[in-house]
Amino acid sequence: MTIVEIGLPKRLVELTLDGESVRVPEGATILDACTAQGKSIPTLCYGDTLKPANACRVCMVEVEGARTLVPSCSRKVEPGMVVRTDSERTRHSRKLVLELLGSATDLSTTPHVDEWMSACGADPARFGPDAATVAQPIKVDNPLYVRDLGKCIMCYKCVDACGDQWQNTFAISVAGRGFDSRISTEFSVPLPESACVYCGNCIEVCPTGALSFKREHDKREDGTWDEEAQTQTTTICTFCGVGCNLTLHVQDNEIVKVTSPHESTVTHGNLCIKGRFGWQHVQNR
Amino acid sequence: MDLKLLDVEPSEAERVVVDLFTGTGRDQLLPALHAVNDRVGWISQGALNHICRVLHVPPAEAYGVASFYSLFSLTERPAKIVHVCVDLACQVNGAKALCDRLTDELGPAGARSGWLRSPCLGVCEKAPAALAFEAGEVAKEQLLAPTHAGEVIAVAAGGPSPVDGERAEVPQAGAAGLRLLKRVGVVDPESLDDYRATGGYAALRTALLLGPSGVIREVTDAKLMGRGGAAFPTGRKWDATARRPVRPHYLVCNADESEPGTFKDRLLMEGDPFAVIESMTIAGFAAGCSRGYLYLRGEYPRALHLLRNAIARARERNFLGENIMGHEGFSFDIEIRRGAGAYICGEETAIFNSIEGFRGEPRSKPPFPVESGLFGKPTVVNNVETLVNVPVILTEGCEAYTRIGTEASTGPKLFCLSGNVSRPGVYEVPFGTTLGELLDLAGGVPPGRELRAVLLGGAAGGFVRPDELDLPLTMEDARAAGTTLGSGVVLVLDDTADLGSFLLRIAAFFRDESCGQCVPCRIGTVRQEEAMHRLVGKRPLSTSAEDLQLLREVGQVMRDSSICGLGQTAWNAIESALDRLGYAEEAAS
Repeated sequence: MTIVEIGLPKRLVELTLDGESVRVPEGATILDACTAQGKSIPTLCYGDTLKPANACRVCMVEVEGARTLVPSCSRKVEPGMVVRTDSERTRHSRKLVLELLGSATDLSTTPHVDEWMSACGADPARFGPDAATVAQPIKVDNPLYVRDLGKCIMCYKCVDACGDQWQNTFAISVAGRGFDSRISTEFSVPLPESACVYCGNCIEVCPTGALSFKREHDKREDGTWDEEAQTQTTTICTFCGVGCNLTLHVQDNEIVKVTSPHESTVTHGNLCIKGRFGWQHVQNR
Repeated sequence: MDLKLLDVEPSEAERVVVDLFTGTGRDQLLPALHAVNDRVGWISQGALNHICRVLHVPPAEAYGVASFYSLFSLTERPAKIVHVCVDLACQVNGAKALCDRLTDELGPAGARSGWLRSPCLGVCEKAPAALAFEAGEVAKEQLLAPTHAGEVIAVAAGGPSPVDGERAEVPQAGAAGLRLLKRVGVVDPESLDDYRATGGYAALRTALLLGPSGVIREVTDAKLMGRGGAAFPTGRKWDATARRPVRPHYLVCNADESEPGTFKDRLLMEGDPFAVIESMTIAGFAAGCSRGYLYLRGEYPRALHLLRNAIARARERNFLGENIMGHEGFSFDIEIRRGAGAYICGEETAIFNSIEGFRGEPRSKPPFPVESGLFGKPTVVNNVETLVNVPVILTEGCEAYTRIGTEASTGPKLFCLSGNVSRPGVYEVPFGTTLGELLDLAGGVPPGRELRAVLLGGAAGGFVRPDELDLPLTMEDARAAGTTLGSGVVLVLDDTADLGSFLLRIAAFFRDESCGQCVPCRIGTVRQEEAMHRLVGKRPLSTSAEDLQLLREVGQVMRDSSICGLGQTAWNAIESALDRLGYAEEAAS
């Protein structure tokens, strides 16, 4: 039986969202309110298992009386708040943020970004062919992970998952400053020399494919990665008694990736190296 | 958390300085990095590793922090290095020619040639300026200002002299009617007796008699507004903090003066350091803080020396410590924290992260500092100049104070005059003085030249034209005129100034100083600089009109969607040059 934490009853807060009066539980964010209303707000650095990093600025909305736009993923609703998600200012901001990101970063494996860009008419090429980018060689320094930091949008999610929000390993951090800042180990040493324990929780939260499992990366490279053909089966890890949920991604009767449901009260999407990578024996035929 | 350290050991010298830190926590990280840098001049893998071992900080995080600050190097460099300012006021006063000479004689800027290009060093009244540093058992730092190539070359080879006895100077020194600057250049900044003989610590005595709420009432009724740039009412900030039941409360004095063209706080700290200490003590008393941090930018060696002395003297005489001035139960002390080269750390929440030993990135607001600030506790953050207004209010009374200046902008204000001006320096005038009167006070542009433009408020401020000199310098008039007083920068450009290069420097400054946390600022400042290069160099993508449109759109998203004031204002000065000075037409022609 799954135990669901229902908490104390919450007061409802009334606000105006795009001209409509809506009521959401106290403590909800503007994004929660939008989701409840069926409004889709694009997000990149928001993670359902992480505290808001407020970094990507894709989800900005207009709140009446505020000097600047506000991040809907972290700003909590207040009674009487008047929120606009589709004003000229928010549309301009979303378009420009996507253009800036697209001009500097390889977004080819970022889900939904093409739809968002065409919806707001974003053209990342308009900054010209000489616009600086974060392109750099792919890092493959271990058998489990691939780091393609040319795809990194600096959303902080991997750092937060590795650090005090989940894993408490602190193998990676943001280093440098400004446009030159990068996700890095100390002195950029290879992962095997760092504190990394290969839990894969950074990869789980990466929104752009900058971090990926070696297996997935290799299959994508040789053109045999086919998400359509994959089945997902959730089971329980057999390595210890914690009872983590594992979701096995299977393609052609072969496990190609292991994740964990974010809503699992045991893992919240996190696993350890054994659950995440210790499945080869299953395939010894 | 188990630490996994690299298999690298520190040198003996590095080990000795790091071992002085006794594992008292993450907030000792920046001081420890400074200690290593002061001793050997750079942060080696072995040294960083040892810092992590002693302070129990994960190496990746410590690396992230060390690589955030421009005064630290994580690659080997010699003990002697000269930072040569190439920022706004120095650019107007020959920094380019200076750097060209240094490039010829020493080689291109870099660790190996012994000199580096630096953002504003805060000595704009004596431009061009340089800061010489030499690591050693006793690190030596020396500001060279005004300097010339010969001096920089000599100091790059021979090393700096230790902190000199040169007095802080202001053009109005000793003039009647000065309040904030009355002691600067007049009294001995090392002497507590001199300070007391000129009215020092009378205000703290008054404060102790009034009680915390009485002090807050006086400051509120005096309508004191923050002088760091945001002009927030100080009394409201103190009151909101004082009311918080959570303890402890903290006070942070923001002395990370890094806005290009700003040097008023440096002169206050160098010329009247005890006033800064007394003012912090009063603020601490009013807002219920038992501890104050003075966050001083890393490039101010003389201010550091004088403030350390002032704190030590004040402790000796019970002006800091337990039961201050015999007031039972009032304890307060001050710790100086040195910045390490990051403009962003002057942002009121980035300063908390920097003190706590994290990367100096701004936090998202709300929560505001009065609720959750330093170490997550209620915190008052005030600029140096804001604080030194408080003794004036308490000695003269809030009513007398409100008679200085205008109805909405009360009190005296310091302005930093630099650039093409005959007598550069910090000037104290009442709010409401016109820009023209202020320029006259500083002798106007040099003889035979014509005024081209004035940059008000610094790189985050805006330009005004020569026909706008009747602008009264108040918060409300500046706002109504679509500009800002910011941190009090008045940078004068005459007809010899190269506006294009000046704007490129502003664009480069924001690109360099963006912390990188949010997309609009991290990438927007780069695109802004690229577009400015095309515009100034007359190499448009297709047409200049298109580049101008690009600039405006990038500027708008930085203003609307950046996390903090740096990104939100990174386009202000360039926008005002395009529209107010007509640079848009000039560039498009």
